[in-house]
Amino acid sequence: MTTLGEAWSYLLAHLPQFTTALGVHVALSAAALAIGAAIAVPAGIYAAHRPRAAFATINVANIGRTLPSLAVLALVMPLLGTGFAPSLFALSLLALPPIVLNAIAGIRGIDPEVVDAARGMGMTPGAILRHIEWPLALPVIFAGLRTAAIQVISGAVLAAFIGGGGLGDFITAGIAMMAVPQLLVGAIPVTLLAIGADFAFGMLQRRITPAGVREA
Amino acid sequence: MTWFLRNWDQVAVALGQHVAISLTALLIAFAIALPVGIAAARSDRVYAAAITISGLLYTIPTLAFLALLIPIVGLGRTNAIIAMVAFSLVVLIRNVAAGIRGVSPEVVDAARGMGMDARRVLLRVELPLAAPVIVAGLRVAAVTVISVTVAAAYVNAGGLGTLIFNGIAGDHAPKIWSGALTACALAITVDGTLALLERHLSQTRAG
Repeated sequence: MTTLGEAWSYLLAHLPQFTTALGVHVALSAAALAIGAAIAVPAGIYAAHRPRAAFATINVANIGRTLPSLAVLALVMPLLGTGFAPSLFALSLLALPPIVLNAIAGIRGIDPEVVDAARGMGMTPGAILRHIEWPLALPVIFAGLRTAAIQVISGAVLAAFIGGGGLGDFITAGIAMMAVPQLLVGAIPVTLLAIGADFAFGMLQRRITPAGVREA
Repeated sequence: MTWFLRNWDQVAVALGQHVAISLTALLIAFAIALPVGIAAARSDRVYAAAITISGLLYTIPTLAFLALLIPIVGLGRTNAIIAMVAFSLVVLIRNVAAGIRGVSPEVVDAARGMGMDARRVLLRVELPLAAPVIVAGLRVAAVTVISVTVAAAYVNAGGLGTLIFNGIAGDHAPKIWSGALTACALAITVDGTLALLERHLSQTRAG
């Protein structure tokens, strides 16, 4: 308990640094997720309708999924240097596989009879995508965003090693100097951030599931 | 590349440590997840509790988890292994439970009708039939554990992350490349091998 008290006083004494680090952490994670989604969602939807493209994308994404986060961040450093931008690049790469895999799975998981019925009613492919496939696939796509968000928040901690800033700075400095209060000031908030994001995405995912396909 | 070739022994030692730590963590996690997963397959309550708790552990950022353990167990391999076990539980428990639940009730009934007791049904029927799904869980867990081991070098656990951190500290790119690419190659190889095993098992079991 005394350690927690010390961590609290450390936090109060370093409030400006803390708020900056928290801001950088959230900005880094949100931007990486947004970039990842902007690329992976359209790519996944495109690939889902083309068996060959889907096969290639799934294989590449599965390999990408297995790569250790820190290894990806470390590989970016000799190429792009250190700082916010290289960290953002690496984290955006890490966000891609779960989002693209879920976008493909979401579109492909739709009952073909539903799409056939829509086509039979004279809907164009564009209208089918907008009014049928998109809403039905959205919950699965969201599940991918949720996984990616957790990965990116966790990865953003490791970005401290390549100068990305964020809450990882407190942790790495705390470990390096064996200063437990300082380390906790990084570790506890980032844990709450990850759990909070997971919870928020879970709630959103339930909300956007069309009423007709919601499980009882 | 020349650095890698000249110092391959250093890389090999780090790789050996990496594999040893990952394997230890995976074995411990599996030893915990197997009984919990079997219990979870039988009871919805156990399932909900086990998945909620292990899911929460999985959400905690890797480096934060390693850091939070320092006041309790200090630096070193124990710290890293506890974190890795915690991270791999959710996939393993979920897949063990899903695998057993996926066994057709008629098959279990038939086994029981042949006079098998609950233990035999589990060992001879349910677990063998659930094997492909369990291996799929092991595959994801193995990749997770290998990834966590890279970061765990920062809490002095050893492994390929050591090369990365030394490389970053000394601004020595070849060292970073060697550590990071070897870690990636290890993850891809393990994932591919277990994928083959998974496919082999599901084909032989289905026949």
